[in-house]
Parts: sequence; structure tokens; C-alpha cells
Amino acid sequence: MGTALETYRPSDIQLGRVAYRRRQTVRSIAIAAGSTVVLGVVLVVAVTGAPGWDLVRQDFLDPTEARESFVPILEGLWLNIQLLFFCAIASLLLGLLIAVLRTLRGPVFFPVRALATAYTYVFRGTPLLIVLYVLAFGMPGLRLTFTPSVLVLGGIGLTLTYGGYIAEVFRAGIESVHPSQRAAARSLGLTYRQTMRHVVLPQAVRRVAPALLNDLVALQKDVGLISVAGPIDAIRAAQIAQQHNFNYTPYIVAGALFVLLAIPTILVTDYVTLRAARRQSAEGTT
Amino acid sequence: MSGYGMELDDVEAEGTGGAVLSCQRMRKVFGSLVVLDDLSLDVAEHEVIALIGASGSGKSTLLRCVNLLETIDDGTITLDGRDISDPRVDPDEVRQRIGIVFQAFNLFPHMTVMDNVTLAPRRVHKMSRGEAEERAMALLSRVGLADKAREYPDRLSGGQQQRVAIVRALVNRPRLLLLDEVTSALDPELVGEVLTMIRDLKGDGMTMLLATHEMGFARQVADRVCFLERGRILEQGPPAQVFGAPREARTQQFLQRIIEAGRL
Repeated sequence: MGTALETYRPSDIQLGRVAYRRRQTVRSIAIAAGSTVVLGVVLVVAVTGAPGWDLVRQDFLDPTEARESFVPILEGLWLNIQLLFFCAIASLLLGLLIAVLRTLRGPVFFPVRALATAYTYVFRGTPLLIVLYVLAFGMPGLRLTFTPSVLVLGGIGLTLTYGGYIAEVFRAGIESVHPSQRAAARSLGLTYRQTMRHVVLPQAVRRVAPALLNDLVALQKDVGLISVAGPIDAIRAAQIAQQHNFNYTPYIVAGALFVLLAIPTILVTDYVTLRAARRQSAEGTT
Repeated sequence: MSGYGMELDDVEAEGTGGAVLSCQRMRKVFGSLVVLDDLSLDVAEHEVIALIGASGSGKSTLLRCVNLLETIDDGTITLDGRDISDPRVDPDEVRQRIGIVFQAFNLFPHMTVMDNVTLAPRRVHKMSRGEAEERAMALLSRVGLADKAREYPDRLSGGQQQRVAIVRALVNRPRLLLLDEVTSALDPELVGEVLTMIRDLKGDGMTMLLATHEMGFARQVADRVCFLERGRILEQGPPAQVFGAPREARTQQFLQRIIEAGRL
């Protein structure tokens, strides 16, 4: 500042500092590369040198098995992706609804509040596997005139479980908006509902976006649990392939595909988190 | 001049001898702490009243009670002759007629300046976007912030943010404007621009009740100064009298401390 750009020349001290920092950077990179190679070698030697390695490689890393099971597993994965799409949207909507219901005030809403609270307690507490069993195997047992398919029932189970977590994330966001924001909105004559809709929720959702995306990453792999109910998804396809000749390689293939599927979501989550952190620090200066 | 577009004489004051706001024997307690103690205060049409007093004397609470952000524990508040402390009254409807500006601006950080200002006209008064923006733009231009209409609040200085907050309160065309220490969070060199705006509002005939630590400003702009102490109005009168020849010992002490702090 102050000095015009064309007349500014860095001092010798500054030039020295710049050169020193550059040397330090080169050194850091060299050390990081070196330690990574060392660790990699140690891991490879430790695993491949294990007494049972040959047997494990046969059972879990068989290239022929991998090639043969790849297409059915990929077809199964498509079912997971579809399920993920619907469950993600449904659980976000359900979560938001429950969160808003839990924050309603006034005696009329007591039963609604109580139900919403009970819901978040029950479904956050129950293991997903049990929810899936109960819905997929218990519901058809009721012999209702109309019972949805096992796939839909499984999807409902996933949505109910994740809705419980997501509701709490939304609620945390709603409560993190400073009361002065509500006061400002109400003082302008906005009703409770308008205040929620235009002032509180937009700020709440922005704040909890990283946490919501993280829940979606978790949902992404938990859609695989649908396999216990029977539909042929990636994991179920791997299981079928595995039962051909009792080689576990298909499971590794399915696992690798789930990781690949998760990477984009994880990258987006990291990006959103970083941006939120940056915005937060910018807000802090005002 | 009436550049803020207020139609101040449209609403006739009914039956209260011209008082826009009348607080009678107001009481407010927080737990065992009595914050407002049997306090009565009338604000006449076009009158500007400055509330002064130490922190915790009840100035902010008084303003929050008038805007129904707090519920009073006894007494009555009437606006244009109508009892607004009656629990059957719809607070949202009352707040449309009383503007309040807070110490910490409380602009909505996720909205542009324009959206902050037009939120209430559009959502509460169901005005069209075009009409609301036109009205908002007229007010923003008047305070020299027209070029900031599309900015977000965090890009504005504190003084600019506070002027936006005042515009946001004015765009509803309130009967009464409450200002709660609106310059306390500002850097000293930014205080002036906000005070100038309030002075202009007085010129337009706006009825205002303001809590302030700016004694010099209270002296210039207020028609009446009320010194609050422990939830009561200990002394009130024209600024010349309260600042020049305070009757109460407590008022003298308070003003003495202010003078020592170089604020008067």
C-alpha cells in the first residue's frame, strides 16, 4: 500500500525471505515424497509377506472372478444409485419437515412436537438392519390388500432412518441462527411462518450443508444393506457370484465400485465445507 | 421536505390528545430483576424523545416492550389510542406500524440490501416486487446507498449497514420509529452519517423514541430527554434543562461520568 506499483522494488531482506521459503517448500515436498514411499514399501512387504497371503490373494483378488462378476455387479449398482436418488430426496424432505415440527411453538402443537421428537429418538436409536428386516419381512406378513414391493419397503426403511438423522442436523441449523435475526424479522411484521421461510431456514440450510452432504455419503453406502431384503443390488449380485465357487473377489469388486461412487459426493462435500468455512471467517470480520 | 415519502398526517391520532404512543405504569421483570418499574411515558405526534441512562437502566427493554418483542408484566401500552398490550392483539399487525432499529443492525446476511429492504413490503404487505423495489430505491437513493442495492450486507461498512437497517424499518411507513443505541456498534468516524440520517427524519416529522449514549446528539435532536435509572424515569425535560441544570443528584452524577469519559 502507498508505494506505487512501478516504483516498488522488494528489499534484499524480502528477497532473502522469499528464497528461503522456496527452499523450505522444496525440502517439504521431498520429505513428504520420501516418507510416503517408505510407508508404501513397508505396507506391501508386511501384507504380501504374511504367511496366508497366497491363499488370501486367491480368495479375494482373483482377476478372472473379478472380470466375470463385474457386469452383474455394475447392473446391481444401478439399482443402488436409483434407490440412493429417491431415498436422498425423501429423507431430506422428511428431515426438514420433522425439524420444523420439532421447533413449532404453542400448546396446540404439543402432540405434533411430541411425535416428531419420539420419531427422532426411535429411528436414530434402531439399527438400520433391524428397520429393514421389520419392514421388508414384517410388512408383507400383515397381508394388506396393497403391499409395496420389498424394494420400496427397503427404501422406506432407509428414508425413515436417515430422516431421523437429517432432522437433527436441520434442527441444529435452525437453532444456530441467532435470535436477533428472528427478532429483526418479527419486528418488520413477518409472521412466525414467514420468518422461518425467508430468514431462518435459508441461513440454517447453508450452515448445515456440509453435515447434510456427509449424511448423504453415509446413505450412499447404506443403500447396499437393501441386499438383505432380497433385491439384486450390487452387494446381492456379488453374493450370488461368490456362491458360484466360493471366491470372495466379487465383494471386493462391489466395495471398490461403492468407493468410486462415493468419491464425487465426498469431493463436493469437501468443497462445500471449505467454502462455508471461508464464508464464516469473512462474516466474522463484520 | 418529505423526501422519505412518509405520509405522516394520513393517520389521525384518536382520543389520546395527539399521543402516538402512551405507556402507562409499565412493569417488566426478568426473574427477580425489576427492569421496568411503574414507568409511564407519552410520545406525541412528531415528537423525538431520547432515553438516556446507564447500561441496564431499562432503555432497551422499554423499546423491546413497545414493539411487543417482550411481554410486559403490568401496565398498558397504547398506540394511536388502541391498547396493544392486550394479549388478543395480533403482534404482527402492531409491528407493521412500529419500526425498530437495533444496535447490531441485524440485517439478513443471506439477502442483498434490496431484498432486506423489500422483504416486509413484499411478504407482509403483499406488494409487487416492482412497486416494493421502487419504494426501496427511493429511500436508498435519499441516503446515498442506491449503488449498494445489489450488495450483500457483509460488503458494507457498519455505518452503511445501519443506514440500510433504518431504511428497512422506514419502508413500512411506520407511525413510530424505535432506535435502540443505533450508533453504539459503530466506529467513531461512521457515527456521523447515521446521526445525520436521523436528524433528517426529524425534519420530516417522524415520531421517534431513541435510546442513546450520544449525549451531544440527544441534546441536538431530542424534544425531550428522559433519564432512566433502575427502570424508572428519574428526570425528564427539554435537553437544555436536563443537560444544563439537572435537578436530580443521580442525573448529575451520570452526566458527570459522561463528561469525564469525553462523550459530552
